[in-house]
Amino acid sequence: MAEPIGIQIRNLYKIFGPDAAALIEKVRTGTTKTELNEKYGAVLGLNNINMDMAAGQIQVIMGLSGSGKSTLIRHINRLIDPTAGEVLVGGDDVVKMSPEALREFRRHKTAMVFQKFALLPNRTVLENTGYGLEVQGVPREKRIETSMRWIERVGLKGFEKKYPNQLSGGMQQRVGLARALSNDAPILLMDEAFSALDPLIRVDMQSVLLDLQKEIRKTIVFITHDLDEALRLGDSIAILRDGEIIQMGSSQDIVLKPANDYIANFVREVNRGRVIHVEKAMSPLRADTALPAASVAAGTSLDDAMKHLVARGADRLTVTDGQNRPLGVIDSATIVAALVGGV
Amino acid sequence: MEFLSKFPQMDDALLRDLKKAIDESFRGFTRAYGDALEAFFEPLRLFLVYAERFVTNTPWIVIFLLIMAIAWFGSRNWKIVVGAAVTLLLIGYFGMWEDTMKTISMIFVCTVISIAIGIPLGIAMARWNRMQAIINPVLDVMQTMPSFVYLIPVVMLLGIGKVPGLIAVVIYAMPPIIRLTNLGIRLVDADMLEAADAFGSNGWQKLTKVQLPLALPTIMAGINQTIMMALAMVVIASMIGVQGLGQPVLRAISNQYFTLGVFNGFAIVGIAIIFDRVSQAFGKRLQKHTEVVHG
Repeated sequence: MAEPIGIQIRNLYKIFGPDAAALIEKVRTGTTKTELNEKYGAVLGLNNINMDMAAGQIQVIMGLSGSGKSTLIRHINRLIDPTAGEVLVGGDDVVKMSPEALREFRRHKTAMVFQKFALLPNRTVLENTGYGLEVQGVPREKRIETSMRWIERVGLKGFEKKYPNQLSGGMQQRVGLARALSNDAPILLMDEAFSALDPLIRVDMQSVLLDLQKEIRKTIVFITHDLDEALRLGDSIAILRDGEIIQMGSSQDIVLKPANDYIANFVREVNRGRVIHVEKAMSPLRADTALPAASVAAGTSLDDAMKHLVARGADRLTVTDGQNRPLGVIDSATIVAALVGGV
Repeated sequence: MEFLSKFPQMDDALLRDLKKAIDESFRGFTRAYGDALEAFFEPLRLFLVYAERFVTNTPWIVIFLLIMAIAWFGSRNWKIVVGAAVTLLLIGYFGMWEDTMKTISMIFVCTVISIAIGIPLGIAMARWNRMQAIINPVLDVMQTMPSFVYLIPVVMLLGIGKVPGLIAVVIYAMPPIIRLTNLGIRLVDADMLEAADAFGSNGWQKLTKVQLPLALPTIMAGINQTIMMALAMVVIASMIGVQGLGQPVLRAISNQYFTLGVFNGFAIVGIAIIFDRVSQAFGKRLQKHTEVVHG
């Protein structure tokens, strides 16, 4: 298994249009997206992006269409060249790589899953899965062995001789995932990978991914326009709007402390019970607090804590840390208050 | 008022001199380089001669079975094979076996050469827009220029025979394969190319693993068109000495032999239909994976 590596993005700008390099100073000194478009006919794709993506974590980048999220992910493997800035992967700047070095980088360091699957229709599931390895020049035997392992792992055993056309959308994207995983690259780029799927299948695929991630520990960059998906998958979430990052943080941060009205608007529709953890809502211990016998671990969602309360017929719970030490106390009234937005 | 009633054209004497000068310089070129050009095309002539000898010297039953085998492995459709068998047997029974074989060998060589030149050209056109801008008008000329016009210089250079016939046929038949290869590659989904890039494919891998396989149905349509157009040129090629079904047609025209013309004409139609059905069925079979759609 490849060691996970982190990604750092430094002062990244992307301007679409002729003469982009000349416009970069204008953007740096505060020309807005609208002005740039009206005066120079250029489109500001990304505006001064700075991000640290931790190794082995799922970094979600969320935004609506036109926010620049797909542009951003394509800078990580340089499918799009930036106008200015650095993309550091394991200390190497992707932007400065020669075409050969970039090809090697794409073959061994990154793998990508696409919104529209991008499977070759003339190849079977097995041949599609082995594409990355084929390009690397891995011998056939080894290719089939690795592909078969991942086909099995994503739940497509028995389908390896089928063509993409014979599979449902969800199954096709499992092939896309298996193809990316076969590469054994430390970085997995997922560009709206589940957006084209039905809601139920989408949730199913999210579970597949979370489940896999426990084992593979890759640095996953996941693009989505769906906040629920972002909150469910992301160890860390960045919200993008008009090419700028407007908030970065964990799902708790986003839901509990939205940086502005734009994000607050999104968050309003979120199922808070699933996102907020008990320790964010509990009352801290005081000297005179009586500890209830029933307890939950920190990191439990409010939904689960509520189920706990009902099951035990209790009214209060002790919140404990990893070593079973009490951290605080939570009661049903506090949980309900947190659920309706009172925290 | 003469200015209005008569188009202001070049002075007659000047025009005559111009034509004469061009003709003479071309004749000079012919004299100087005719032999060299003939030597250059010698391998092509040998290819034609061997192909023709193969189909005419081999016992007819062997050739017949060979064609049936090709039809079967190409189409996997017994209706097409039976149709081809009946057509060929009728052609033979009406005394046109030898001429038909000569025509088939000629068409075979022309198609091979058209593919060998056309597909690389089509790929180059798809790859470089400048290449497309240059080649497209050339293809327009090749397709619309009356073939008699380019037969004149070809015959002046190479005389009468197989090679000039081949050149005339290839000029006429090659444009579809070039155009459709170009089109097929350009129609490949950008998403596919992006995926190929994302996995680190180099240019050659992208071409052979993504672009050509995905363009194949269109390229096959081009090959089919090339074969059909080559057959359409058989009679014209016979005017400069290409043997085969065109020769009797030509004789029928000049002597008003109605039946001779009709028989040989239908023989051409017959082999055209065989080629068309087999090559189309083959193209479809290559695309089998697109038929079974997930319900």
